[in-house]
Amino acid sequence: MTAVRCVDLCKTYCQGDQDIKALDHVSIEIAESGFVCLSAPSGGGKTTLLNAIGGLDIPDSGEVYVAGQRIDNLSKGALAELRLRQIGFVFQAYNLIPVLTARENVEFVMQVQGVAAADRHEKSTAILKEVGLEGLEDRRPAEMSGGQQQRVAVARAIASKPSLVLADEPTANLDSKTSDELMELFTHLNEHHKTTFVIATHDRRVMKYARRLIRMLDGRIVDDIDQRAA
Amino acid sequence: MHLFGVLFQLAWRNLWRNHRRTIIMLGAIGVGVWAMIFMTALTRGMVDQMVTDSIGILPGHVQIHNPDYLDDPSISNRISYTDTELRQKFESAGFESWASRVRVPAIVTSERDSRGVTLLGVDPVAEKDISFFDYAEVEGRFLSDSGDKGIVIGGKLADKLETGLGKRIVIMSQDPDNDIADRGFRIVGLYSANTSAVEEAYAYIGKSTAQAMLGIGDTSTEVVFLGTEYRNVEPVYEAVAERVDERVSVQRWYEIDTYLGTMLGVMDGFVLVWVIVIFLALSFGLVNTLVMAVFERVREIGLMLALGMKPGSILGQIIIESMLLLTLGLATGNLLAWATIMPLRDGIDISIVGEGMEMWGASSMLYPKLYLGDMVLASVVVLLLGFLASLSPAWRASRYEPVEAITKA
Ligand SMILES: Nc1ncnc2c1ncn2[C@@H]1O[C@H](COP(=O)(O)OP(=O)(O)OP(=O)(O)O)[C@@H](O)[C@H]1O
Ligand SMILES: [Mg+2]
Repeated sequence: MTAVRCVDLCKTYCQGDQDIKALDHVSIEIAESGFVCLSAPSGGGKTTLLNAIGGLDIPDSGEVYVAGQRIDNLSKGALAELRLRQIGFVFQAYNLIPVLTARENVEFVMQVQGVAAADRHEKSTAILKEVGLEGLEDRRPAEMSGGQQQRVAVARAIASKPSLVLADEPTANLDSKTSDELMELFTHLNEHHKTTFVIATHDRRVMKYARRLIRMLDGRIVDDIDQRAA
Repeated sequence: MHLFGVLFQLAWRNLWRNHRRTIIMLGAIGVGVWAMIFMTALTRGMVDQMVTDSIGILPGHVQIHNPDYLDDPSISNRISYTDTELRQKFESAGFESWASRVRVPAIVTSERDSRGVTLLGVDPVAEKDISFFDYAEVEGRFLSDSGDKGIVIGGKLADKLETGLGKRIVIMSQDPDNDIADRGFRIVGLYSANTSAVEEAYAYIGKSTAQAMLGIGDTSTEVVFLGTEYRNVEPVYEAVAERVDERVSVQRWYEIDTYLGTMLGVMDGFVLVWVIVIFLALSFGLVNTLVMAVFERVREIGLMLALGMKPGSILGQIIIESMLLLTLGLATGNLLAWATIMPLRDGIDISIVGEGMEMWGASSMLYPKLYLGDMVLASVVVLLLGFLASLSPAWRASRYEPVEAITKA
């Protein structure tokens, strides 16, 4: 069973009189419980690809399948439902709701899903501890460092145990030790819960954890390496 | 309904995010709502008093007449029931109070001057609760019984006639055969009323005395009934109607005094218009606040959408925020109105500005009337229109594109 399948995706942005191909005939297939890193120089199309997979952005052409279901022709409501139930997101630029505390941010998705309060509380406590934020549960984003905020975002993405996690630079603001801890947590989830991870990153340390490394350049896939052999 | 919890929490937190703006807005709504209710209470007080005063003087709550009296209010068109028959019909019918009267136009003459008045032949005992003045406050005394030989007039009329307590005056009217019926009376009492027009208009004599003077046996021209509430006269009306036949016509006070009746209707309409006008002024502030709030939160709204929250929930969240703001503003305004109206219960002296009001039948003391119904009306209008006004900013927020919102640097 494939977790994610992209067929011939294209996405072009117009900037002034220039057409920028953010995705240029991209086709990939990611197996269930895959652990994939997307690596590309800045502007290479990582975020655009993740957004297409997550149903946040509709490609100009091509097809996207998540868990076997074609999603690029779904309605907005159906896409929202898909994101809510099946996908955990760590966004690159903006992740936390400012008026909610760390715990409430982590619980947000579960709350919208309708998970009971006691259950949520238990899960958020455990997950915040795992990402090393024990004791900071009641802080608001403005009262936390960039790295701490990043970890809250990661905690939220995995708290509801989605089948697919799309993480855009999840370790951007973290020191190497914390990055390692986080990647180990991802690996653990990947192995024990069969969660599929697609992680966009520049970070070589992160790439080491991936079983598969996809390199992109100017919207094209230039390299697709199975790292398990290595 | 698990979503409501999240939405409410977000709305509440967001409301207090910009304290200053929220407090200013609360102040504006509070003052607006206060103005709605305060002005309404003053208006109500004024109209209430006009109505109760006038009903006291004139129609009671329900009256019966000879049907022809309505077109030609003359002594010939009397009620065809005798006093005994009237007593049989109404004595034990459980009315708050009721009284039969003889009412005729008359000329009153002193040694100095003469004036046209409305002469009322009344039974002082039956009339006690209907009368607009307190018998004990009459200068001199009020009539003691139906056969009293004295006359009670208003202080102002006495001034105009240059006469006074203890002096004699002559009353002249017509009997049913169109012959002059006249008689001398000694002034035994001077009453005072809220307005000088009233004090000049009515002269009271005993009912039996009037019947004898006019030669009308034991008949009267009108019977007056009083219920408990002038706004709800139907029970009285029905009770009266089922006890009489077609020889008399039964009317409610607002059918008799159409001016007052219309006035009351107009005032009800005015209150609604007033509430809406103030709301419209407020709505600019409200919509502006919401538009700003929504605009400032493009990214987090986008984030919520990206995480899988439905556009409808975003809409709901903004509407809840708006309703919270309005509810708090309403609470402030209602409390403020209550706190300012309660100390004024004993009346505001408006005689300085109120001279001209007298001619509409308003008195120089104004008693604000705070009705629960008016507070509810103001609150419902504000919430309802507020809901409508928030729809557009809320709709706009729910249409944000999640990608644009979260990738904006
Ligand atoms: N909304 C947009 N409007 C115009 N151009 C866009 C837009 N979003 C992305 N692009 C362009 O598309 C290309 C791919 O962008 P993308 O964000 O996918 O890159 P990236 O690999 O995520 O880069 P980074 O590592 O800097 O995050 C870039 O050239 C970018 O300028
Ligand atoms: Mg990117």
